[in-house]
Amino acid sequence: MARKLPAKDVVIIGLGWTGSILAYELAKSGLNVVAIERGPWRDTATDFPPAYAQDELRYAVRLDLFLRPDQQTMTFRNNASQTAMPIRSFSGFLPGNGVGGAGVHWNGQTWRFLPTDFNIRSHLEERYGKDALPADMTIQDWPVSYDELEPYYDRFEKLCGTSGKAGNLRGQKQPGGNPFEGWRSSEYPTPPLKQGLGATLFAEAARKTGHSPFPQPASNLSEAYVNPLGVKLGQCTYCGFCERFGCGNYAKSSPQTCVLPALMRFPNFSARTESEVTKINLDSTGRRATGVTYVDTSGEEWEQPADIVLMCAFSFFNVQLMLLSGIGKPYDPQTGQGVVGRNYAYQTTSSVSLILKDKILNPFIATGSHGMIIDDYNGDNFDHTGLGFFGGGYMGFGQTGARPIQTRPVPKGTPKWGAEWKKATAETYQRGLSLATHASSYSYKDCYLDLDPTYKDRFGRPLLRMTFDFHDNELKMSAFLTERLAEIAKAMDPVEMTASPRKGPYDSTIYQTTHNTGGTVMGADPSTSVLNRYCQSWDVHNIFVPGGASVFPQNHGYNPTDTVGALAYWTADAIRNRYLKNPGPLV
Amino acid sequence: MRRSLTAAALFVSLTNAAFAQDTQSFDRIERGRYLATLSDCAACHTTPGGAPYAGGLALQTPFGILVAPNITSDPDTGIGNMTNDEFLAVLHEGRGHDGKRLYPAMPYPAYTKLSDDDVLAMRSYFATVAPVSNRVVSNQLPFPLNIRLAMVFWNGLNFASGRYQPNPKKSAEWNRGAYIVEGAAHCGTCHTPKTLLGGDKNNVALTGATLQGWFAPDITNDPRKGIGGWSRDDLVQYLKNGTNKWTLASGPMAEAVSHSTSHMTDGDIVAIATYLKDSGAAGAGSKPEPVAASNGAMRAGAAIYKDSCAACHKDTGEGEVNLFPRLAGSALVQSDDPTTLARVVLHGTRAVSTPGAPTAPAMPGFDWRLGDAQVAAVLTYVRNAWGNAAVPVSADAVASQREALRKSP
Repeated sequence: MARKLPAKDVVIIGLGWTGSILAYELAKSGLNVVAIERGPWRDTATDFPPAYAQDELRYAVRLDLFLRPDQQTMTFRNNASQTAMPIRSFSGFLPGNGVGGAGVHWNGQTWRFLPTDFNIRSHLEERYGKDALPADMTIQDWPVSYDELEPYYDRFEKLCGTSGKAGNLRGQKQPGGNPFEGWRSSEYPTPPLKQGLGATLFAEAARKTGHSPFPQPASNLSEAYVNPLGVKLGQCTYCGFCERFGCGNYAKSSPQTCVLPALMRFPNFSARTESEVTKINLDSTGRRATGVTYVDTSGEEWEQPADIVLMCAFSFFNVQLMLLSGIGKPYDPQTGQGVVGRNYAYQTTSSVSLILKDKILNPFIATGSHGMIIDDYNGDNFDHTGLGFFGGGYMGFGQTGARPIQTRPVPKGTPKWGAEWKKATAETYQRGLSLATHASSYSYKDCYLDLDPTYKDRFGRPLLRMTFDFHDNELKMSAFLTERLAEIAKAMDPVEMTASPRKGPYDSTIYQTTHNTGGTVMGADPSTSVLNRYCQSWDVHNIFVPGGASVFPQNHGYNPTDTVGALAYWTADAIRNRYLKNPGPLV
Repeated sequence: MRRSLTAAALFVSLTNAAFAQDTQSFDRIERGRYLATLSDCAACHTTPGGAPYAGGLALQTPFGILVAPNITSDPDTGIGNMTNDEFLAVLHEGRGHDGKRLYPAMPYPAYTKLSDDDVLAMRSYFATVAPVSNRVVSNQLPFPLNIRLAMVFWNGLNFASGRYQPNPKKSAEWNRGAYIVEGAAHCGTCHTPKTLLGGDKNNVALTGATLQGWFAPDITNDPRKGIGGWSRDDLVQYLKNGTNKWTLASGPMAEAVSHSTSHMTDGDIVAIATYLKDSGAAGAGSKPEPVAASNGAMRAGAAIYKDSCAACHKDTGEGEVNLFPRLAGSALVQSDDPTTLARVVLHGTRAVSTPGAPTAPAMPGFDWRLGDAQVAAVLTYVRNAWGNAAVPVSADAVASQREALRKSP
C-alpha cells in the first residue's frame, strides 16, 4: 500500500533535459515542483571530476553512467513473426540513468530540423506526387511549424551556449555556415570550435567536390559563457571524452552545467532520486491524472499527488509508463488503430573509413561535436526524383575522440591481435579517420512499441517490446549517401578506403546511436497521435510529455537534442501562458 | 486611553531616553533583522536545515566544543525571558543571562562596538522570531576550560569593552565600513591572528589566521599578502556574489557570503570595501625570491599541474572568471600559510551559490591520487610560476594536513 505524500502542483518524472527545463520554468512561476528520478544524483565535481572523468574503461567500455538492464530493460525483435527477447546488455543504444539523463553522456551535437521536416508528408506529396511515398510509410506532418519553434530553438541554444556559425540569419545567407538550414533569429551564442587537421582536409575535399562544408554546431563550448539563467560554463579543452562521459570541465552543456545550479536555488523545487515511478494514477473518470506512484530503493511505495504530471523520461520509458498506466489507446499494427507505441523510429547511420598518407591527424584532440559537415544530402535538400527513396542526412568528419581502447584503426587484412596488429595500430593511429553519415529514419506501420507478453521487470510489470527493422527506403538512402561520401573521401587521396553503407537487418547489439524516437507522438489528429501540438495528452489533459524524443512523429536526419530542448520550452510556455489560466485541453 | 498612552510614552522616555522607540515598529524590527544578517548570527545559531536561530550548531574551537545556544523567543530554552539590559550585556560585555561569562566564540569582543540602539533593534527582531523549544548545553569544553569564571582573566587580557568611536578624519562611508568590519561582521574573529589564549592580536588585525583547517587570508590592503591587488569593485563583487575575477568564496567564507554578505545592501558592501582598501597596507613588504624553475619540486609540480590542473586553471594559471580561481598573481596562492591550498588540493571544495552567481562550481579532491610529495610539488609550482613567489610547501606540511582532515573532515 503506497503511502500518500502531501500534494504538489507539478510532479516531473525524470530529471534530464526536459525535466530540468520544465522544473525551472514552472518553479520560476511559483509552482511547487517535485522531480522523481530513477537514477542517482549526479554532480560534476563529485561524479565526473577531471581527476578521473577521462576513464575510457569505466565509462565508455563498462558504461558506468548508463541504465543497468537489471534495473530496467526491454525486449526486441525485428518483426512480428519473431519472438522478442530481452536485452540483457545494452549495446545497440544506451539509455542514460540518473540526474541529467542523456544530457550527461551526449556528444553535444546541437542540430535544428529543417523547415520542410516539420511538414514532411505534405511537402513530399506536393513535390513528388500523392502516390510517391511507400504505402506502409506512416510519416506525418508535425503539428508545429519551424517558424513557430524557431524562438524556442533559440532559447535552448542560448541555454546551452552552443558554438557554431549561422548559415541563415533571418533569411540572409551567411558565408561559412550551413546554407541549407532554416532561418535563425540570432547567431550562435559562441563562435565555432577550432577544427583539427582531419576536419580541415574533409572540408577542403568537400569544397573541391562542389559541396558546402561548415563547422558542426556544438554544445561543447568554444569559449566560456554565462547563460540566461546566470550559470557559467567553461571552455572546452578538446579532451575527446564527451560521448558516454560526463564533462569534468563544466564545458559541455548538460542539465548539470546549464540548469541545475539555478534550479536548486528555488525553495519550491525538490528532487527525489533513486526513486522509480511505476504508474501514473488517474481519477475514476480516467480523464484526469491525480499524481504518480513510485518506489524508493528500500522498496517502499509512495504516492505523490499532483495537479500536473510531466513525463520527462527517456523515450522508451515514457511509452512504457503510458501503456502501463492505461493512458491513450495502445497501437495495434494489424488494424493501424490506436496510438501509444505507434511510429517508433531510429536513425540510419553509415561510415566511410580512410587511411591517409603521411599525415599526423592528432585525432585525440577532439570534442563530441567537433568536425566539418555538409548538409547537401539531408531531408529534401536534394531532388529525390527517380532515386527510389526519401529522406537523407548530414555527413562529414565529426571527431568525437580517439580513445586508446576503442580507437584502433588498422589496414584491411591486419590480424586481430598480436605483434602485427600492435605494429599496425601504432602506424595507423595518426593517419586513420572515419567519415560518417547521419540520416533520417522514417516511420512505418510495422515499427512500433508495445508491452511484452512474456517478460516482466523487477516490479512484475511487462517490459516494453520493440519491433523494428530498417526498410528499403532507408537502406537505399544509406547506399546513396554513403556513395556521395565516398566520392568526397576519394578527393582526400586515401591509401585505403572502406565504405560501409547501413545494411539490414537492424542489429540491436551493434552501437549505432541512442536516437530512439516516437511512441507518444505529437500531432494534429487524435487518431494518429498521442499528444496535441502542446505535447499535452489528448485523453488526460493534465499530462504532458514536454518534448522528449518520444513525441517525434518520425526521425529526421539530425541529432534530436536541439528539437527536444526547443519543444521543452514550447511546452513550458503553453503550460505557463495557457494551461495554468484555464486547465483543460489546449486544443 | 489617549492620555494613558501618552503617559506611558512619557514614562519610557523619562526612564531610558535611548530606548524610546516602539519596539514593535516594523522599521525597527526590519533594521534588527538586517543587523542580524550583517552580524551573521545565523552562521552559528542556526543548524543547516534547522529552525532559524534555534541553536545547536557545534563550534570546533581550538579549546574544545561549544554549542551555539537557542536564541529564539522561547522563554524556557531561548532568550524570550531576557531583558534589554541582559541582551546588551551579552553583546557588549560577554555576560550571559545570570551574569555568567560567555566564551569569545560568541564574538562579543567585536559586538561591543555596536551602538546600544543597534543592539536593541536586534533584540526587537529576535523577539519576533518564532519560539522553538530546544535546550542546548553550550559548554562542552574539557576541564578546566569549562570553568566560565576563567573568562574573567581572559577578558582582562584580551577584551576591551567599548562602542565604536568614529574617526573624524575619515568619510562617513569609511566609518560605516569600519563599524561593520570591526563590529557587526566581526571579520577579525577569523581573519585576525590569535594569541595562544585565543585573543586577537590587534596590532596585526586582519592579517590572516588559521582555523578549522582553513587559512582565513590576509584581508588588509597589503599588495602581496592581502587584497592590495584587488580593486574596490573586485572586493564588492566578492562580497556580493561570492566571486570576482580572482577567486571564488568557499569553506567558511562561503557560509559568510551565503548567510551574510550577499544579503548586505550595496551601500554597506561598498563601505566595507572602502574601509578594507584603506587598512593595514604595511607597504609592499619583501617579496621572496621565487623557487627556480629548475628545482626538482618545481619540475615535478609543473608536470602534475599540466596533467591534473591545467584543464580548468589553464596553462597560464589564469583560470576562468566565476568558475576556476585565478592562480597567477593570487595573494592567497602565495600566502605564507598554505593550509587552505593543501586542503583544497587534498579534499576539494565547493564555491558558494548566490543569486548573482548561482553556478557553485567545485574543485575535486586529489587525496586519493596524489601523494604528499606530489601535492607539495604542485603547490610549490603554483606558488612560484607565472611571476608568483612564495616559500616552497613541504611534504610534511601536506602530510599533517592530510592527517588533520582524516580526523576532522
